[in-house]
Amino acid sequence: MVRYIIRRLLATVLLLFVVSVVTFAIFYLVPRLAGATPEDLASRYVGRTASGQQVTDLAKKLGFTDPLWVQYGRFAKGIILGSEYNTGPTTVRCPAPCFGYSFITQNPVWPDLVDRMTVTLSLALGAAVIWLVSGVATGVISALRRGTVFDRASMGVALAGVSLPIFFTGLLSLSIFSYRLGWFPGGGSYVPITQNPLQWAHALVLPWITLAFLYSAAYARLTRAGMLETMNEDFIRTARAKGLPERVVVLKHGLRSALTPILTIFGLDLGLLLGGAVLTESTYSLPGIGKYAVDGIVNNDLPKVLGVTLLGAFFVIIANLIVDLLYAVVDPRVRLA
Amino acid sequence: MRRPAVAVVSIGAALALAISACGGGNTSSNNGGGAATAAFNAAVGKIFDPSDKKGGTLRFANSGDWDSLDPADTYYGYSWDFIRYYGRSLVMFAPKPGSAGNELVPDLATSLGVPSDGAKTWTYHIRPGIKFEDGTPVTSKDVKYAVERSLDKQTFTQGPTYLNDFLDLQGYTSPYNDPTPDKLGLKAVDTPDDLTIVFHLIKPFSGFDYFAMLPATIPVPRAKDSGTNYKQHVVSTGPYMFQTNNPGKNFTLVRNPNWDPATDPNRKALPDKIEVQLNVNADDIDNRMLANPPDLDVAVEQTGLQAAGQAKVLADPTLKKNADVASLARLWFAVINSDVKPLDNIHCRKAVLLAADHEGYQRAYGGPIAGGDIATSLMPPQIPGARKIDLYNFDANKNGDDAAAKSELQQCGQPNGFATSISYRAERPKEKATAESLQQSLAKVGIQLTIKPYPLADYGKLYAGKPDFAKNNQLGIIIYGWGADWPDGFGFLQQIVDSRVIRPQGGNTNLGIKIPAVDQLLDQALQTTDKTAREKLWGDIDQQVMENAMALPGIWAKVLLYRPSSMTNVYVNEGLGGYYDFVSLGVKQ
Repeated sequence: MVRYIIRRLLATVLLLFVVSVVTFAIFYLVPRLAGATPEDLASRYVGRTASGQQVTDLAKKLGFTDPLWVQYGRFAKGIILGSEYNTGPTTVRCPAPCFGYSFITQNPVWPDLVDRMTVTLSLALGAAVIWLVSGVATGVISALRRGTVFDRASMGVALAGVSLPIFFTGLLSLSIFSYRLGWFPGGGSYVPITQNPLQWAHALVLPWITLAFLYSAAYARLTRAGMLETMNEDFIRTARAKGLPERVVVLKHGLRSALTPILTIFGLDLGLLLGGAVLTESTYSLPGIGKYAVDGIVNNDLPKVLGVTLLGAFFVIIANLIVDLLYAVVDPRVRLA
Repeated sequence: MRRPAVAVVSIGAALALAISACGGGNTSSNNGGGAATAAFNAAVGKIFDPSDKKGGTLRFANSGDWDSLDPADTYYGYSWDFIRYYGRSLVMFAPKPGSAGNELVPDLATSLGVPSDGAKTWTYHIRPGIKFEDGTPVTSKDVKYAVERSLDKQTFTQGPTYLNDFLDLQGYTSPYNDPTPDKLGLKAVDTPDDLTIVFHLIKPFSGFDYFAMLPATIPVPRAKDSGTNYKQHVVSTGPYMFQTNNPGKNFTLVRNPNWDPATDPNRKALPDKIEVQLNVNADDIDNRMLANPPDLDVAVEQTGLQAAGQAKVLADPTLKKNADVASLARLWFAVINSDVKPLDNIHCRKAVLLAADHEGYQRAYGGPIAGGDIATSLMPPQIPGARKIDLYNFDANKNGDDAAAKSELQQCGQPNGFATSISYRAERPKEKATAESLQQSLAKVGIQLTIKPYPLADYGKLYAGKPDFAKNNQLGIIIYGWGADWPDGFGFLQQIVDSRVIRPQGGNTNLGIKIPAVDQLLDQALQTTDKTAREKLWGDIDQQVMENAMALPGIWAKVLLYRPSSMTNVYVNEGLGGYYDFVSLGVKQ
């Protein structure tokens, strides 16, 4: 087990290295292949009246004139060993893991990521609890009451949940519950849990429900399908023949077996969300990782984009590792080696 | 990848707004304000709900992030409007509605600049008694230091470069490399005493007061300068100072106890507090302003309501009473590229101008209210010196004059028309619609256009703004837009008509207008200190460009602003480019 975890962690480092190289290449190599010069890249970060000399000097300062491998090496070194940046009158130390400085705001990326991580964690974990509980419960009940009104109605709602995009349900919920009924605060009302836990929860109720509505729909359908298949298995018949109570048959034997694919997709979903719930954060103006990524992309702020990509990849990989470990807990047939 | 997502988001937003039909409109109840009744355009050319009532919190929201709160590093128009809350430059635009707002008035200085040496030297005297937020008196040396640091474009990359271009720098680059002990080694700026500052230019510039209006002249105390980190807490000289600042999220301003209204005739400073939220969903900003009661007072970017909000306001007479159509000092236009044959022939260029469907251009931008007025020349009417120029009778022939166009084609030697390409910025659907409209209207006289979209981010650097690329790809018509940094002929025209600013390596704002007579007129205007004579020259330049048919004017832009009932003392200031004058706004009590 321990060896398995160590092996996976080592593979994680390798995978993050590959992700960083690919991401770096997309933002730094591809423009060059398309004919962009270092000055073309630098000209994105100056005012519209900037002179050619200013652009040339900035290209040099930002390191765009160096060979790509040197630029990547500098970036990687910053993550491992930290780096130093000139603020004008002084030079400041950016400790490891230094994901570089934003080309636009000239702030270090890592503290921004950490700061925004709390928002994204608040959103993703809260929503995950809701969608997992409601989605799985709905799926189980639907499977057990296949063909009933409940089954049809819940699957209809689930279909709507999957189909309606967050920017629609989000804006609609804000319009009705915030600006018309006044039950919840409007967009951009997030306060840290450390500042005021009640306000924190109050501001996140709508984003949680909106996000959970989308995901729980998929989980309900997935659980229902899994349960229908499992409940027809021989071992369920055996369990019933042994005289086990139906509750035990369903929860201990049926659901446990049907949970494996749910766990797989949950790991992926949660990992991706922790890397930034872009649409939800944008719709509700939550200052999380996803919004940060959008800002970075819109403004061609490459260090921001690189930082978010690596962080997102990290979360996906770690979430998958945890899921793999949980397989063994959920399904006794799985043995890690 | 991003374009379809944006389109879907917009449709979703529109549907959400339509279904929710939130809150009814508001007419002003005038608590704490005057006795104003809401009306469409009530804040254009006049003050809506005049008030001197102090108190309350004014709530702003920005759909993006600020470029920078540092006066040395900011170039957004709304930022120049907002920065006057916490910073005082030497001069500023008069806080008045309508064209009166175009006038510069002294702010930190006692009067406008006094030119000498043929407008190569400009002297300002600073009002006594002005202090930083910590109570330290402001001196001319603080202004000089602020100017010096704004010159450092390796540290402050985003700000304008006018002072770099016009001051007699003699190699000076930055106070951070300055070997002098007090870091005031810039010879282009003298401070003979604590209240006098003198600027020395490398060439005459009659409009230097506009440079003195730039945030770069807002004083900065050297002891508090932390370079790129100074934006975290800019030391205030205005009526408000920073209480909190969470970059990328929000910031709050509260009253500056060391601001003395006796030294400041320009700011009413009505609210007690100013809150700004950053990175707020743009449709949500509209929703919050339209809510009853409003949940937000000002959309700080002043780019107008989003499509969904716009449709809702225009369709509801009650909401429309709280809307204003502001004219911007901005032109949507197309450059006729004379590098591409046969557009090197003036008659072929004239044929393009004559055949164009001007109403089609206007429709592409949203019509007369949300888009703007049909432009008959380059300079928007509110810019001093602009005069009515309609050489090709656009006003009379709003859908084009095919007969006249064919006659010009005949003279051009292309009686059956010709083929060329038209470029636009791929991420801008209005420019796409413009290209399609021109394609249809020009086809009527035989001019066949191939439409070529290019990425917005690199449009000026790699594609349309790179002369070789434009020529090699036969970009005969280049769709573009331009807004003045300030409503003045120099600020509007120089970057788009001066052939000497065209760089072969790209990154140009002049996309191909090359007229020697225009360059000469620009030089002449820079040396003309008489305001009336100078303003006439701007009109002459506009006339020259149109006579040479180097550009197809499209739309003089307008924007639909919303004025929530929670605000008092609201008006559009033309000097600020068609924005609400932030420093005059009050909160209804």
